[in-house]
Amino acid sequence: MARSVTQQRKAINTAVAWAVGLLIFFPILWTILTSFKTEAQAINDPPLFLFFDWTLENYAVVQERSDYMRFLWNSIIIAGGSTILGIIIAVPAAWSMAFVPSKRTKDILLWMLSTKMLPAVGVLYPIYLVFIRLGLLDTRIGLVVVLMLINLPIIIWMLYTYFKEIPGEILEAARMDGATLKEEILYVLTPMAVPGIASTLLLNIILAWNEAFWTLNLTAAKAAPLTAFIASYSSPEGLFYAKLSAASTMAIAPILILGWFSQKQLVRGLTFGAVK
Amino acid sequence: MYLKNAFGAAATVSLLMTSSAIAETITIATVNNGDMIRMQGLTDDFTAKTGHEVEWVTLEENVLRQRVTTDITTKGGQFDIMTIGMYETPIWGKNGWLVPLNDLPADYDVDDILPAMRGGLSYDDTLYAAPFYGESSMIMYRTDLMEKAGLEMPEAPTWAFVANAARAMTDKDNEIYGICLRGKAGWGENMAFLTATSNAFGARWFDENWTAQFDSEEWATTLNFYIDLLNDAGPPGASNNGFNENLSLFQQGKCGMWIDATVAASFVTNPDDSTVADKVDFALAPDTGLDRRSNWLWAWALAIPAGTQKEGAAKEFIQWATSKEYIELVAENEGWANVPPGARTSLYENPNYKAVPFSEMTLKSILSADPLNPTVDAVPYVGVQFVAIPEFAGIASQVGQEFSAALAGQQTAEEALAKAQALTSEEMEAAGY
Amino acid sequence: MATQHSRSAARIMMAPAVILLLGWMLVPLTMTVLFSFKKYLPLRGGDLGWVGFDNYVRFVSSSAFWPSVQVTLVIVGGVLAITVALGVLLALLLDQPMWGQGIVRILVIAPFFVMPTVSALVWKNMFMDPVNGLFAHLWKFFGAEPVSWLSEASIQSIIMIVSWQWLPFATLILLTAIQSLDSEQLEASEMDGASPLARFGYIILPHLGRAITVVVLIQTIFLLSIFAEIYVTTQGAFGTRTLTFLIFQRVLESQNVGLGSAGGVYAIILANIVAAFLMRIVGKNLDS
Repeated sequence: MARSVTQQRKAINTAVAWAVGLLIFFPILWTILTSFKTEAQAINDPPLFLFFDWTLENYAVVQERSDYMRFLWNSIIIAGGSTILGIIIAVPAAWSMAFVPSKRTKDILLWMLSTKMLPAVGVLYPIYLVFIRLGLLDTRIGLVVVLMLINLPIIIWMLYTYFKEIPGEILEAARMDGATLKEEILYVLTPMAVPGIASTLLLNIILAWNEAFWTLNLTAAKAAPLTAFIASYSSPEGLFYAKLSAASTMAIAPILILGWFSQKQLVRGLTFGAVK
Repeated sequence: MYLKNAFGAAATVSLLMTSSAIAETITIATVNNGDMIRMQGLTDDFTAKTGHEVEWVTLEENVLRQRVTTDITTKGGQFDIMTIGMYETPIWGKNGWLVPLNDLPADYDVDDILPAMRGGLSYDDTLYAAPFYGESSMIMYRTDLMEKAGLEMPEAPTWAFVANAARAMTDKDNEIYGICLRGKAGWGENMAFLTATSNAFGARWFDENWTAQFDSEEWATTLNFYIDLLNDAGPPGASNNGFNENLSLFQQGKCGMWIDATVAASFVTNPDDSTVADKVDFALAPDTGLDRRSNWLWAWALAIPAGTQKEGAAKEFIQWATSKEYIELVAENEGWANVPPGARTSLYENPNYKAVPFSEMTLKSILSADPLNPTVDAVPYVGVQFVAIPEFAGIASQVGQEFSAALAGQQTAEEALAKAQALTSEEMEAAGY
Repeated sequence: MATQHSRSAARIMMAPAVILLLGWMLVPLTMTVLFSFKKYLPLRGGDLGWVGFDNYVRFVSSSAFWPSVQVTLVIVGGVLAITVALGVLLALLLDQPMWGQGIVRILVIAPFFVMPTVSALVWKNMFMDPVNGLFAHLWKFFGAEPVSWLSEASIQSIIMIVSWQWLPFATLILLTAIQSLDSEQLEASEMDGASPLARFGYIILPHLGRAITVVVLIQTIFLLSIFAEIYVTTQGAFGTRTLTFLIFQRVLESQNVGLGSAGGVYAIILANIVAAFLMRIVGKNLDS
């Protein structure tokens, strides 16, 4: 099976791939490095790469100014909550689309995706007014619901494409054995769909974590997540590269680490039906 | 009458003090400026004195503005105190969206607030926001570079002198740029600077019939002068530089002169952040001999949105944060150079503060700005670097983009002005002028 | 195969998602359409009565409208072209045997995890700043005049920033597709003496068609409404005002909700045109 490859070619591949990989990763690496410099070192000419006095000062300053843990906790709850809620609603819908398709299934799916194209800015006032009415402003539950709705089409689409790859015969067999619909979903389908659900979950946590319009505009103090945290560092007075880098690192680190640890799961299901 | 008011005020305050024995938590939206961040750091003092807790929502200026505007126009009630400026205060006050601050206690000494600031934060003679700090603009320049160029900065220079000096100081090979000015698009960025500058050149936004004036000779002179000057003596990428970018350029010693907010004086003279702290001096913003200087007037102020449940606690906070005692508290902790400037007369009479190098020039600049008569020719609006009508922010942002594009060389000054004229007329017509 | 019973069960199972999305679409949409026929100026007292199609006419006749549609399409098209082209190359590269493949993959997908706001801030300040940015240092090192990226090459800069964020997504999907390619077919063609280019053109690329469609579809949905990248970098100056940004200016800067809402309706129409266009291609590709 394996294509025969000379060691030389493998070495060249490795060199090229690593160079490209590091190039793509470089902005993040540079941000992390800069976060450990002093403000003066951050703008040093020529730029300092590794040989500077590493300091944690910026992290201390950022932490003192804003309570990082509170923002982090809100981000976790909002991203996690909206994703889980979305999956609970999406699994049955995707199941029925995949296994009991009707003529309109594809239309419904495409319509769902098209709801994602509403420009958020255009509906800010309506949504804000609705939120005031419902008392949802600056609440985590409000954001959980909004982000769930924003990402629901993507969740359904991902799950649908994944479910469709599950052979129907297995379900038939289960049905023959007298499994009810509920049992069919719980004991037959779900175990097979776990990789798909896992990668859907991960992708949507990332999307919800990074959503910066609604999370900023519908929150004040109590429910503000890390996107609001970063909004207070975007252009403060004077030299700010190092502090900005520290705040940026703090904002992206949790999701970056999660992403790296789970990249296998993420990649496995991230096909959107692209592979056949 | 005044006395009666004062007694009334004292009575309500004592009432407030007793009723607010219950500790509350107030939410304050504020901007991420150095002075505001310092205030956050001192919140414990407020809590110790009143028992109230404070939750901060600190945002970058543009984000803050949108956030609080959305909230106040929809009566969302997310904030008990909002940090707003001289532009918003009269408009919001007129709409009845802010709690009047006419019942502040006698020991707050509201008459101590600089008249220019008090006037700009009032509507119909009622104060709607208390100034946390106030600013004008002035020239900050490098004494060493000025000397090297063989020139001497007068206290009140003309634009002709400034332009000459800027070109003489420029040494692009060594990354020394004679003048740093705002070029980044935005009504609070390049348009604040250019509107104030245009006043000195005899230009105006509107004539008395609210007809846009960008097709005037004066505007053409202003914009061409500005673009030529920055092209010859400005830093690269000036069209992306706002207050913060220029501040860091100046602190790195790359600007010969910088005309910007007076509050920047404390940053450029602070040796912790500035490499040129001991080589900076100040002068009034330039003029062209037409009896108007190019300096603006602005205040970041604290206001209470009408309808908040925690008006009492919010008022106590405002009294604390904009009081004389707060200034002393900052002076004690951080030194006199770092106190919030430009709000109170008494600060400029304080011998400790008089010793601060930039205090005198700041006061002179503030006093020389007149929001009621900002231009050479008569205008129907108030505001030095803005026009106090609700449509201004939207119009000026777009005009600012045209001017910024002209500075970047993507169109000529004439093209930019023609577009500015067209879009301003269009928007004013839409607004029903 | 589906029974009547399972059909009705399916309908019930779909109901929550459909109803929620319908509500999410209809409530704001109805309100937006309602506002768009009104003179609605929050700073001048709010709802000032009906004005018919005034807002619609005004929004389209504004000199900013067509350029904004054009910029939107240029940015979406540019990012799609770059991410797909580089994504294919990167996927081919990552598919090759090498040492440390896992780590390289981690490096490559990392940008996808970065918040758009953060990535725009980092690019703008630490790379594209014409004085202190890393590019400026690099240019000076080679004796060139530093470029002020965000004003001189504003659209290209934004396309670059957005492409950097979305390249990992495209690469991952394309990589999965390449890995599913039958390697025997490739080996057979190699034996037949087909050049690498021919193999790519006749075997790999056709196989990737479906994956490319998916990438284009999903990315377009997100790219049509990019906002943070423009807000942080140019604030819509230097010809980077997309339709979304124009609506933002109308609603939040000019505080003209009626006009902005009309713009919102146009944006929905544009999105649907693009969507309909895409769906036809995608539909064909996905059905096969």
